[in-house]
This record gives sequence, C-alpha cells and structure tokens, in this order.
Amino acid sequence: MALLVYADASQNGKIKKASLEATCFAHHIASKNNNKKVIVLLYKGNEESKQKLVQAGAHKILNITNELPALSDYSVLAKLIQKFFLSENADTVVLPYDTQGKAVGAYLAGLLNCGIAPAVTELLDINNSVYTFRKNVFSGKAYATIRISSPKKIICLLPNSFPIQNLSDNSAEIRDITEDPSLTPKITIRSVEKNTTGDTIPLPEAELVVSGGRGLKGPENWGMIEELAKALGAATACSRPVTDAHWRPHHEHVGQTGLAIRPNLYIAIGISGAIQHLAGVSGSKTIVVINTDKEAPFFKAADYGIVGDAFEVVPKLTAAIKKFKESHQH
Amino acid sequence: MKILVAIAQVPDTTAKISFTDNNKKLNTAGVQFIINPYDEWYALVRALEIKEAGLAEKVSVIHIGFAESDATIRKALALGVDDSYRIDTEPSDPHFVAQQLAQFIKANPYDLILLGKETISYNSGVTAGILAGLLDYPFISNASKLEINGNTVTAHQDIEGGYQIVECPMPVVISANKGMAEQRIPNMKGIMAARTKPLNVVPAFPSEITTQYETFELAPGRSACKLIDPNNVEELVNLLHTEAKVI
Repeated sequence: MALLVYADASQNGKIKKASLEATCFAHHIASKNNNKKVIVLLYKGNEESKQKLVQAGAHKILNITNELPALSDYSVLAKLIQKFFLSENADTVVLPYDTQGKAVGAYLAGLLNCGIAPAVTELLDINNSVYTFRKNVFSGKAYATIRISSPKKIICLLPNSFPIQNLSDNSAEIRDITEDPSLTPKITIRSVEKNTTGDTIPLPEAELVVSGGRGLKGPENWGMIEELAKALGAATACSRPVTDAHWRPHHEHVGQTGLAIRPNLYIAIGISGAIQHLAGVSGSKTIVVINTDKEAPFFKAADYGIVGDAFEVVPKLTAAIKKFKESHQH
Repeated sequence: MKILVAIAQVPDTTAKISFTDNNKKLNTAGVQFIINPYDEWYALVRALEIKEAGLAEKVSVIHIGFAESDATIRKALALGVDDSYRIDTEPSDPHFVAQQLAQFIKANPYDLILLGKETISYNSGVTAGILAGLLDYPFISNASKLEINGNTVTAHQDIEGGYQIVECPMPVVISANKGMAEQRIPNMKGIMAARTKPLNVVPAFPSEITTQYETFELAPGRSACKLIDPNNVEELVNLLHTEAKVI
C-alpha cells in the first residue's frame, strides 16, 4: 500500500510550496506506518520540481508531460487521481488544502466513498489503519482532534502547517508519462480571469501580509500599504468594510466571509479587529497591529502593537524595513 | 426546475465557544444558533432570486439534525422557501452528511443543488464536493456568481488568483462563495407564512461513519501585546527579526 500525492506544476513547471508540504507530510505519515511508499502524481513539472519532490520524500514520481485542459474541471482531475490510486495500489491520498486540493479531495472522497480529513495541521496518532489529526475549528477559536478510520483515506493538509524537510539521501524512481488528452469534462470552461498581475504574490500562499482597514480613510491612501508590502516582499489584504466600499477588490478581503489566511506575519493597519475579521487571520504566526485607537480590540489579539497614526508610522516602518533589508544583504 | 439548498446550523459568529462532556461536545448553553452564513446569504438567497425571476418552480431546503434545529429551518422558510426536509440524525462529519444528502437526492431528484462553501463552525469546506462525487454529478466549487439559461447554469468559479467562467447542464452541485447574492431579512408576512409551510422529518438513511471528531480544546490566547513607541519603529523591525523570526 502507498500514499499518493497530486502536485500541479502546470502553471510554470515549478512545484508549489503547498505541494512540497503535502509530500513531506505524506512521508511523515509513511515513516510512522510501515514505511509505505510515497508516490507523487506530478502534472507538468520541470527537472527542479522533481528534485525538490525527491528531497521532500517521494519514492516514485509520475510526471504527466502533456497538456490536459479537461483537468480544470475538478471532477475530471478527481477521476484521474482515482485511476492512479487504483493502479498504484494506494490507500491514502494527500493533497494541500487549497482551492483546488479541497475541491478535488472532496470529489474523490465521494467517488471512493471514503473518509476525508480536511484542513489538518498535524498528525497526532496512527493506530493500524486509524489516523488521528489535529484541525482548527470555529474559525481559529478552537482545535479539534479528528479520527479517520476508513481503509481508504483522503487527507488535506492546511498550507503553512508542516515544515519542508530536505532528505538529501532519498532517491526515487522518476518516470515521464502521457495521459489521454480526450478526457471529457462535465463542465465547460468559457474563460479564465486573473485577479493579479504576474509579479504580485497570491494572498493564500503569502508568508507575509500587509493589510489595511477603514482607518486608511480612502483608496487613494493605499500607496503606502503597497510600498510597505513591496519592501517586505508581502502580499496585500484588507478588511470587509474596505471591499464593501469598493476601495479594494473583493479577492483581497480576509475575514469570516472572505479568505482565511495564516501567514507568518500579518500587519494590520487601521483595522479595529472585529471578531469577523479575526476569524480570518487569527491563525497567523505573528500579528502586528498599527492603530490610532489604543482601545481597538485587535491589540488584544496581537503580538506587537503601535498606537499611532498610520500616515506617520507606516512610511517610517517602510524606511526601516528597507534599511534592514539592505544591511542584511551583505 | 427544482432547487434544493442544504443548510447547516452554526453558533452565531459572536458566540463564546466552550466545550462540555470531557471536551467532546460543544457547550450549547446560551449559544444562539443561526443558519450557516454561506448557506443562507449566498446559496439560499440566490435560489430564491432564481425562483422570483420565474426560472424555478420550487425551492426546498434540507437540513441534517434533530428537532432543536426546527427554529433554524423555520427561518429559511420565512425567507421564502417553499418546503423543507430535516433528516433526523446527528450531522457528525462531512462524509456522513454527504451520504445522507446523496441518498435523499437519489430518492427525490433536484436539478440544482446548492450548499455554502463551508460552515463557519467546523470549517471543513468539503461537503458539497463529496456529495457531487457520490452522485457523480458535475461540481462547481466556490461559485461567486450564478445564472440560469434553460437547462444550463453559468457560474463564476473562484480559483487561485482569479476566477473562471464555467457552464454545465443540470443536474449540478454548486458550492456558494461570497458574492453570489446579498443577505436578506425576512419580513413579517414571511415569518407568518413560515409557521404553516411543510417541515418534513425524514428518518436517517443507512450510512457509514468514517470520520469522527474526538475532542476539542480552545486555542490558547496570545501572550500580551508588546507595545512599541511609534517613534522607534526600528525596534519593531528588530523584534520581528530576532524574536518573532518572521523577517
């Protein structure tokens, strides 16, 4: 029996961080369960991607080299993974809990009629075929232990929860394969619209995030948010009132009804910290709050705070970050 | 054309969360329950808009839970839903809930099946996908816009870094994201009408339990916030580097 990971590198051949984390997590599970094999089904990965997957713990890599447009339909992708699940004699599929992974993992759990452990952050126990994981619940207010006992299992790992290891002595069988391009989708993709231009960092994957709220008074003041983000190499985000007022696009909204993110660093500027906003960001490793109102509830959920006017503090902080970056380059 | 919306019941966003029975269960004492916002604001309201535009004959809601949920189901009826079903069992986990829904739908076919993209309680976000897989139906996840043309649905499906415009024939399972519709408040006429609308109780279907929540614990609070002088932002940069180790 083996663990199967699906990794999509079709955008530019490069392996995503979340896919490497899923591979490392699969290797971690395998090491505690009779050293099962970790097989990665890779879609259009380059040589560097393959090497990174070997170092992450893959024992076998099957790299699909031809273009399969029908995979944009998650039901088709789920069926392709199901095919390899059977042919490779796997009992577990490990996927990142990202937009694609959670939809495909769920559909696959339906096709296989098996249990699924979504958004897990940690493996707590393995007892024969019963796995116990930790997951966040109630929008970060609590943790739960979730036990999965079906012989077949789907596991979706929350990005940014498991460290990427470097197993320099690992080796793997690597094969380039082609798949039938005539897969028939159930849904037709008419067009794809991108929110972001090439050089900005997608919010769900970002390790550093600079976020602005109503305290910034208007969209014309977002320049300083973008400059701080640029200095740090961070993505930009905002609170709900900001997107509701159309100051910023909806895909930047983090919170209860927007995106839930858990970057290493979340800098909240001019955001009071309503409970609905905290629900989307409380999983962040470190939170910095900059606000004029020292009574803002966000300070209670923060690690570091500056009580002060964003219009004065943020440009100074950007300058200090730039200086820090310059001094640490040498 | 008939629409089925699956609704979950969740603690109100501002509810104080605690656990009971050796941390095995949510302590429901004093907790106000609401329809899961993704199910109500987006999926259910869009279903009602489609019916009001004359594109559907009927909107039904389905809920998995015990009689304590009836007040929540009545709220959906008050918004304008025609009839409702409650499968009389514990909604233990997404795979179990999806198995219940799939068997109900096989016995009572619907054209358009809508769910919120996740519950704000267990944050799993997989029930709609499992349901679509069990039924082998087309699946549109994270739809932020939904239109009906004859037997075809057109949707904006949110994907990483953007969205794709997709089309497919019904029947289809769709999970609703923010943007599909706007929240509505039931009016007095709707609340009165809800009292007499059908709330059908359905016995649980035989299903396997493959996943179980065992225990819960509250997330530890953060240690006290360190305040930094606004005239000394260099100290913040230094702490982020040496103490938090995030830059």
